[in-house]
Amino acid sequence: MKKNILGIFILLVAIFVITALINPKFLNAYNMQNLIKWSSLYAVMSLGVAFVIITGGIDLSIGSVVGLVAVVLSICLKLEGMDPWSAIGLTLVLSLAIGLIHGWLITKAKVQPFVVTLCGLLVYRSVGRWLTDNQSIGPIPLEEDAGYANIEQIQGLDFIFSGKIALGSFNLPTPAIFLFVLAVASAVFLRRTIWGRYLFALGNNEEGTRYSGINTDRMKILAYVLCSFFAGIAGILFAFELDSVQPAQTGEFYELYAIAAAVLGGCSLRGGEGSVLGVVIAAAVIRLIYNSINMVGISTHLEFGILGLVILLGVIGDEFLKKAVARKQAAVKT
Amino acid sequence: MSEGKSIPLLEVSGLQKSFPGVRALCGISLRLEKGEVLALIGENGAGKSTLMKILAGVQPADEGTFRIQGEEVHFRNVNDAMAKGIALIHQELNLCGNLDLAANIFLGREPRRGGLIDEIKMKKGAEKFLAQVGLDLPADTLAGSLPIGKQQLVEIAKALSCDARALIMDEPTSSLSQRETETLFEVVKNLRAKGISVIYISHRLGEVKELADRVTVFRDGENAGELNREEIDHSNMVKMMVGRELSEIYDRKIHPPSKEVLSVENLSCPSFPEHPLALKVHAGEIVGIAGLVGAGRTELLQTIFGVTPALGGTIEVEGEARAIRAPSEAIASGIALAPEDRKQHGLVLPMSVRENCSLPSLLRDSSGGWTNQKMETEVTREAVESMKIKTPHYEQVARFLSGGNQQKIVLGKWLAMRPKLLMLDEPTRGIDIGAKREIYKLMEKLAGEGMAILFVSSEMEEVLGMSDRAYVMHEGKISGELSRQELSEEAIMNLATGNLQAA
Repeated sequence: MKKNILGIFILLVAIFVITALINPKFLNAYNMQNLIKWSSLYAVMSLGVAFVIITGGIDLSIGSVVGLVAVVLSICLKLEGMDPWSAIGLTLVLSLAIGLIHGWLITKAKVQPFVVTLCGLLVYRSVGRWLTDNQSIGPIPLEEDAGYANIEQIQGLDFIFSGKIALGSFNLPTPAIFLFVLAVASAVFLRRTIWGRYLFALGNNEEGTRYSGINTDRMKILAYVLCSFFAGIAGILFAFELDSVQPAQTGEFYELYAIAAAVLGGCSLRGGEGSVLGVVIAAAVIRLIYNSINMVGISTHLEFGILGLVILLGVIGDEFLKKAVARKQAAVKT
Repeated sequence: MSEGKSIPLLEVSGLQKSFPGVRALCGISLRLEKGEVLALIGENGAGKSTLMKILAGVQPADEGTFRIQGEEVHFRNVNDAMAKGIALIHQELNLCGNLDLAANIFLGREPRRGGLIDEIKMKKGAEKFLAQVGLDLPADTLAGSLPIGKQQLVEIAKALSCDARALIMDEPTSSLSQRETETLFEVVKNLRAKGISVIYISHRLGEVKELADRVTVFRDGENAGELNREEIDHSNMVKMMVGRELSEIYDRKIHPPSKEVLSVENLSCPSFPEHPLALKVHAGEIVGIAGLVGAGRTELLQTIFGVTPALGGTIEVEGEARAIRAPSEAIASGIALAPEDRKQHGLVLPMSVRENCSLPSLLRDSSGGWTNQKMETEVTREAVESMKIKTPHYEQVARFLSGGNQQKIVLGKWLAMRPKLLMLDEPTRGIDIGAKREIYKLMEKLAGEGMAILFVSSEMEEVLGMSDRAYVMHEGKISGELSRQELSEEAIMNLATGNLQAA
């Protein structure tokens, strides 16, 4: 597990150093702040899907949940003039409800996670487009908007969710603070609570865990609820970050980034493995690659291709590392 | 060893093989003549499985020579072994259930014509080999539709289709019914008559006695001895395997009957809903459930434990009616189950000894959901010490322990929960006599402390040796109940096969 994180960390440092050497502008404060901000936004989603992947499941609906939450929040604030904190609460409840429905369908109706969340991906995206008539919309109301109210409060929220905190000359984007809190909470949850242990156990052997008296269905539902909840938080962060939410595009493909980060960060799609730190670093690697491609001057059309190759090589390298470690341990014992 | 006789079909000597931390084989020798059934016996961990894998080309040996008809060979993989006519019939069957018998038999070696599979030739060929193992089935039968005993015969037909000269069978009867076992024996005897050799690995000494021309015994990765046809009997074999007498193994004291712990009335299991079941277990009592495989014994335990909740009837624990719809509710009622399939149901293999031992008690020992490291270590220590689990440390991954030690974890993890009723499903299946003895001792000790124990076993000796009382099941019904005085092999077999008049 530890070696595993070391590998991805070395990759992060290597790409970082190479990019900095080729283009010194990479290191300027503005670019670094941006990199931290986007890495944090991606990592929040990735952490959510890690819970599900640890149980041996998958969630393909994350991007659509991000999009729908961003759309609903914008409607509440911009068109309905709803009390801002109530609007935040409503969107979080919406994301929890989505997770609950996923979990229920998977454990009680026995539909495969892939199918449930693939349908979710289609449904939530389309609901978002329908609610807005596919017009872009942002969370901050302007004077001519129907819901023009509570402007000071909303600006306060904008600062909380997409502001910057000055640390000397460096401005720390607030999403990084959200990520920090969520990552610490996730790590403690997974490694120090009985429910975390249950998630790992059932990801390895669901039947065996059930025979030990653990309500595995309830634990799986919990994982899907956490995943959608994290996607919901990401949706709120993205809404304020983007200012203008595109119902058809916002969040599109994000589930794939999130899954890629979880896998690159050491989660096995077979379940039972994963670490919070690994996932966070991997999300940063994915954003870093994207940034480096721009900085180094490689055609942006190659972005997906490079990302795909890095993930593939990363996972292959991880397998080699595991085998090497196993051989070394074997050699020590005999 | 050959004493100037004809060259043996297969001869190995000085075979060595080490795994991380274990020396599995320390210079094993083995000889197999043409047309001979050689039984290979030994406790678990004696090296039988390892040798078998080397013979079949699954793993290479570290050292030693390996001759087939006098010619030295080196197998790099299973195909090399097959080319020399050695085929392994796995304990777990490897047929593709979605393909028909012909396709299974010729998988990877399909006869072709013009690039397409020659279905007619394949079908004819398949039927010829099926007939050789006594299977009169159309070659387009789906493999998955056959019962397990017939699937095994198909595996043998598959081996024959590769011109096998020696078949290695690993515990072939472990999941067969009485009748299927008899059929298999007929097939083995026919093969022998045709000059095909068989290496027969089994824990069931009765079968070995019936079938084997010669017995080779392993102990701790070394040859422990050899028995010729006329020397093969039960006590000789056990003595060679363990170095002690059988009567030392079961050591039971009778505890005075005490209060009722479990009372089941009219229980309707989902697998046999037409036969409501009733049984009782008292504190300090060890109750066996005998019967053939498939008689519904495992299903009964699973229903009491809430894995497959009852469709009707009542379960009372210490006189209190309990609705048990999930294992968690059974555990809350003081019932524990050590399931038959330890890898699938008993353990989380990639997790450590500590994590496995503490899994059922995590919730009880936790406050506010935090894991309690101290209690986890405590619970693990109790399990490791009372079960004598051999592990280098508590953080060892369960997968790397031997079958016997794994089984001890499956039992040991319940001890800290102090169940009122401990149910054991085939508690000694596939483990060696040494580990068996420790499990029997523990059962005796727990019963002495007042725990009620209900166990399912397919081993006649175990039911006879351990039970204060036994129920016998037949096709989903409890066909009879036998007190310790009434217990005999004959009484159990009569009830288990539905021969009620004789009981």
